[in-house]
Amino acid sequence: MQRTLAVIRALGLMLVVFSVAYLMPIVASLIYDDGSTVDFALAMVSTFAVGCLMWLMTRSRKGELSIRHGYLLVVGMWTAMPAVATLPLLLVIDGLSFTDAYFETMSGLTTTGATVLTGLDGLPPAINIWRHELNWLGGMGIIVLAVAILPLLGIGGRQLFKAETPGPMKDTALTPRIAETARNLWIVYLAITLACIGSLKLAGMNWLDAVCHAFSAMGLGGFSTHDASIGYFNSPLIEFVMIVFMLVAVVNFSTHFLAWRSKSLNVYLRDAEAVASLALILSSCLGIALFLWWQNIYADFWVALRHASFNLVSIATSSGYASVDYAKWPIFAPLWMMFLTAIAASSGSTGGGIKMMRTLVLVKQAGREFLKLLHPAAVNPMKIGGQVVANNIVFAVLGFIFLYFMTIVTLTFVLLISGMDFISAFTAVLASINNCGPGLGTVGPASNYSGLTDFQTWVCTFAMLTGRLEIFTVLILFTPHFWRR
Amino acid sequence: MKILILGAGQVGSTVAESLVGEANDITVVDTDSEKLHQLQDRLDLRTLTGNAAHPSVLEQAGIADTDMLLAVTQSDEVNLVACKLAASLYNTPTRIARIRSADYLNREEVFSADNFCVDFSICPEQILTDYIVKLIEFPEALQVLEFAEGKASLVAVRAFTGGPLVGKPLSFLRTHMPQVETRVAAIFRKDRPIIPEGSTVIEDGDEIFFIAATDNIRRVLKEMRRMDKPAKRVMIVGGGNIGLRLAKALERDYQVKLIEFNKKACQRLAEQLTSTLVLNGDGTDEALMLQEHVGEVDVFCALTNDDENNIMSALLAKQGGARKVIALINRSAYVGLVQGGKIDIALSPAHVTIGSLLAYVRQGDVAAVHSLRRGAAEALELVAHGDRQSSRVVGRRIDEIDLPRGATIGAIVRGGEVIMGHRDTTIEAEDHVIVFVIDKKMVTKVEKLFQVNLGFF
Repeated sequence: MQRTLAVIRALGLMLVVFSVAYLMPIVASLIYDDGSTVDFALAMVSTFAVGCLMWLMTRSRKGELSIRHGYLLVVGMWTAMPAVATLPLLLVIDGLSFTDAYFETMSGLTTTGATVLTGLDGLPPAINIWRHELNWLGGMGIIVLAVAILPLLGIGGRQLFKAETPGPMKDTALTPRIAETARNLWIVYLAITLACIGSLKLAGMNWLDAVCHAFSAMGLGGFSTHDASIGYFNSPLIEFVMIVFMLVAVVNFSTHFLAWRSKSLNVYLRDAEAVASLALILSSCLGIALFLWWQNIYADFWVALRHASFNLVSIATSSGYASVDYAKWPIFAPLWMMFLTAIAASSGSTGGGIKMMRTLVLVKQAGREFLKLLHPAAVNPMKIGGQVVANNIVFAVLGFIFLYFMTIVTLTFVLLISGMDFISAFTAVLASINNCGPGLGTVGPASNYSGLTDFQTWVCTFAMLTGRLEIFTVLILFTPHFWRR
Repeated sequence: MKILILGAGQVGSTVAESLVGEANDITVVDTDSEKLHQLQDRLDLRTLTGNAAHPSVLEQAGIADTDMLLAVTQSDEVNLVACKLAASLYNTPTRIARIRSADYLNREEVFSADNFCVDFSICPEQILTDYIVKLIEFPEALQVLEFAEGKASLVAVRAFTGGPLVGKPLSFLRTHMPQVETRVAAIFRKDRPIIPEGSTVIEDGDEIFFIAATDNIRRVLKEMRRMDKPAKRVMIVGGGNIGLRLAKALERDYQVKLIEFNKKACQRLAEQLTSTLVLNGDGTDEALMLQEHVGEVDVFCALTNDDENNIMSALLAKQGGARKVIALINRSAYVGLVQGGKIDIALSPAHVTIGSLLAYVRQGDVAAVHSLRRGAAEALELVAHGDRQSSRVVGRRIDEIDLPRGATIGAIVRGGEVIMGHRDTTIEAEDHVIVFVIDKKMVTKVEKLFQVNLGFF
């Protein structure tokens, strides 16, 4: 109990810090004078108040956090934060249910980018800024942000970081202290975001669109200020800039940091994960473009390449923008894109899915099994990028993959029971768990998640949370062992 | 010469053994008094028990008036410290250290006079590895030894019926292959040396030593025997220091399988190697060999620490159909027993590596020494200095030089060019002269011949 109270205390502190995030939409609402200033101020004050209250009531509980409570804290944050973030949406948009608002903020903070809102173009600019800011904050992980700003949490910081990004992350502690590492990563993230805002402005967006799209691109979220997403701009230059920054965000930010510190691009070549994921994405772009051209969807190859590249990069990196209705392409293309979204992102990037590192582990493990059959005496440790991967990590990855597939299968069945058609149900679960955004069918790029029943919306919300926190973190709370002393 | 050897391990004791025979005063230092006792029982030298990196021990061993320090202990660090102490405290003129770690070898400045003061560093494992790599590159050869930084080579090969030269006199080589310069330096028939002359007829089974420019080796080999296909599959037994180095050196160009008994060692090997297939098992396990298709193997190398194991697994491999089998054998008595039987090449690490050390110990300017036929014969690369007055070789035709019978000048390397040694070739100053000596006893005479004699007049 003592420690659970300590978790609540930490959550309270988090909310106090989170209330600062409302400053940005407040400033935006003042600039654009869209009349939502009061609502945002109200939301800010109440978030601050709730946080303070939680902290005051438990302020004497200063237990050190164990790993177990680290999980509880992470899941607590990722459920509490979207909950308070719904306040401005509920206050500003008339007739929005809590279910839909929670879906929207969860989608933002998990960088999924799926939306239930229609008429995005007509929303107050402050609301759009808020949605995109959630994407951005979620991108690097509010935890990393908090650890960087709030060394108060530094006590169990490493455990939190572990809960945040499990899996065979290259154990390259960039700097000896976790708070220092987080701060460095955050600076890299901020710097690239600023570069993205500048590039998008130069490419022809207005300031609001540039800021919003840079936020959602860096978080690989995929929110847009327009119903037609990037298709609204119909500009090859903007699409190109977006592609570049999505590909930047799909690489491990530690690699960016190392490259920046050593002032050398060789760092990228040495990151086996980055090489594999970029190679896979770029070759798929070319392949899908050729396929579309061959199928005569687009008569001109360059047009095919433009649309294939933008939409494929967007889906594969788990962003979820669209420039055309790719659901109308032959089913092979969009399904291949959905497949890539599950595997292509690097660990330590803002993308979702099982991550390229795990994919590599699986592929190599398959190779090892073949070799073992041919040469029973062979000793063949798994190596990725010249680094040996211990067997227990391989087991952990296999366990993860099993849970990942079982979660997809189970949730798909749940949606089927609720009455959805197969393609919509399957791709909705896939897009949610991989934090991608649009699926196919009724949740395709041309429509959105507003047509779902409340129950279906909650299922997708759960899938987003589970996927973002890498499944184990959430599901562990449902095991009896977790609660046993 | 007064020589101080640190370390009585395999390298130390072989060096001691071969230097004792050449009239040197030798002291050996080691921490293991047992090993020193054994050495002293066999050889006429002084021993001292103690840590070779301690000044007091070095002093006791008489480092103050030592001419040369050979630091060949197992530990790189001890060797480095000993060289440093010898240089800064006792002004020992020549300091040679055995260094294994590539970490040190890759940084030349570690050995400089400002740092560890090592004049020459040797790495026996690397020398042995290079030697085996050559044998795999030329699977028909018994020995391939390089001179003048690899420009010229001395190759030993067994003649077999099928080679165009077999059954013909040596002079036929000239007419048959006028464009290739080569010279047969010696022939061993049934282990007895024959001094080659133009009329000597080559017989099936002769062991022939010839010298040629390194690029021409394959063409000359073709004259002596039918050529096999170049080697592609290599199997190594024993993942020790040599096995690992060899696998690393070969894995890019060959398909390499490495068998190691120790499971933990296997794990470590597999982590360090990229394309080599590491197998956990016994090198004498016939089932494992069959399972790994030993019959398809072009070169099989048994390189464990255990002589008997190496011999047995090499025999098994040969029986299983491996094309060429090489066994590493430490005990010199075994080498003679085994070589030339079913096992194609019996490698004695001591004989392979001793040459590189001997080159520094010898008098006169010796650039390279290679031990041949288990140490019985020797090939030297000597540098001629001086002029017609001060030297007994410079400015003279080869037939004018007073070489002992059994020593032949095989080739001369002059400014990067390889010139075959003919009767009428004149030796110039700074020539690298490759001399083949049938009997090791004549080495001192040859060396004296090449010394610059200031008091000649």
